[in-house]
Amino acid sequence: MAEKLRATPLLDELEKGPWPSFVTEMKKSAAKNPMANDQLGILEHSYRDKIGHWKHGGLVGVMGYGGGVIGRYSDLPEEYPECAEFHTIRVNQPAGWFYTSDVLRKLCDVWEKHGSGLTNMHGSTGDIILLGAKTEALEPVFSDLTEMGFDLGGSGSDVRTPSCCCGESRCEWACYDTMKFTHELTQHFQDELHRPAFPYKFKFKMAGCPNDCVASVARSDMSIIGTWRDNIQIDQKEVAAYVKNGLDIDADVTSRCPTGCIKWDGKALQIDNTNCVKCMHCINTMPKGLAPGKDRGATILLGAKAPIIGGALLASVLVPFYDMEDAEDIYELAEEIWDVWGEHGMNRERVGEFIQRIGLGNFLEQIGLEPEPEMVMHPRTNPYIFFELDEEG
Amino acid sequence: MATTTEVAEAMYAMVKEYHGKKNLKALDLRKAMIEKFGDDNCDKKICKGAIRELIDSGKCTYSYVGGSYIVLPPEA
Ligand code: SF4
Ligand code: SF4
Repeated sequence: MAEKLRATPLLDELEKGPWPSFVTEMKKSAAKNPMANDQLGILEHSYRDKIGHWKHGGLVGVMGYGGGVIGRYSDLPEEYPECAEFHTIRVNQPAGWFYTSDVLRKLCDVWEKHGSGLTNMHGSTGDIILLGAKTEALEPVFSDLTEMGFDLGGSGSDVRTPSCCCGESRCEWACYDTMKFTHELTQHFQDELHRPAFPYKFKFKMAGCPNDCVASVARSDMSIIGTWRDNIQIDQKEVAAYVKNGLDIDADVTSRCPTGCIKWDGKALQIDNTNCVKCMHCINTMPKGLAPGKDRGATILLGAKAPIIGGALLASVLVPFYDMEDAEDIYELAEEIWDVWGEHGMNRERVGEFIQRIGLGNFLEQIGLEPEPEMVMHPRTNPYIFFELDEEG
Repeated sequence: MATTTEVAEAMYAMVKEYHGKKNLKALDLRKAMIEKFGDDNCDKKICKGAIRELIDSGKCTYSYVGGSYIVLPPEA
């Protein structure tokens, strides 16, 4: 039991107002756990000094794994001895983040027994994040977690824990089974997930449709986004019912179509599907009236990243349409990419930055993929496709 | 073909040789092994297995210093 809560006048400000506060939650843990109490103290100290008091890196982990634990040390160990070592453990979340309440309780029990009790559900990688373990606790936590069927996620220069939207389990827009694919991909790349061998991290994110609820287009090196290649399904009766019930279809749907390919003549909706860019706007607005087509698969994009070393990048299309019948093809594509990037990439250079450096034309040639018109970055630009005049031309 | 254990031993010798001088990544080891044994005798799969053997036996461990490296354990 912690004897007395650390004084936190600055953090207390964050408890004011009508919103939930992480400080209140941390205090609940601090009342029971000395590590959480010292963490509260060090956070207050950081707010006061306007500087973080954490160092990171070093040699911490569990036997046989190169990722999953991020070493964190405080630079004020005398003042906050209980969080002198405060390592982060990433635990591979179930695909789609489905848990039973029983499992969640057991996870918390394991964490209260061995660590600070503080969690982050979920980190931006998608993992269950257990915040604050001493080095001596790592193996026991790992052993309790594996007994429950959990495994560590990725960290460092490896495949980061793949994550996906809930897909077909709850969402009618899903164009492929994101959860099944993600689970299988995770199993297939266990070695790449636990044994870092790349120039830098590599993230996979899977979204069932272009709404991209997991922000894969901005947050993953390889993003696999469900799509369709036939016509949007229209139920004209339901569309008419929306209009009858007050939807201003011109103002809220047709005039907002980015390519102007959808028309309403007062009786029926018409879509020029050849010009539809699958933005999902009309479908999201009239979910009973419209649905993605029936010929479904996914678009594979490459190269997004959040700003860490360089600036942020959005992904570019690599494979415009893949039917998602055989995951082996995607595994092979990923391995081709890793070989080229591994061979020529610089330390801490994400694959998107690598492509920018060598040019997508060269990159495609190296991985043996034919350029396609859909790979353009913006209309009227095609930075990746080059026409070579033949000798006699 | 070289065996996984042979490649693991050659990798271990290399990690020891570079200890304290240069951190080696999995790919550095792989490249060096394919060069040493020749690409008829050693490939990506054998190197993966060899690294697994080194790590699982505790002879080497991973370290993170701005990137992930394969190093001798701290007590070595
Ligand atoms: S990305 Fe699409 S399929 Fe997945 S949950 Fe969101 S709307 Fe549904
Ligand atoms: S999905 Fe977007 S681009 Fe396609 S018709 Fe609807 S609004 Fe237009």
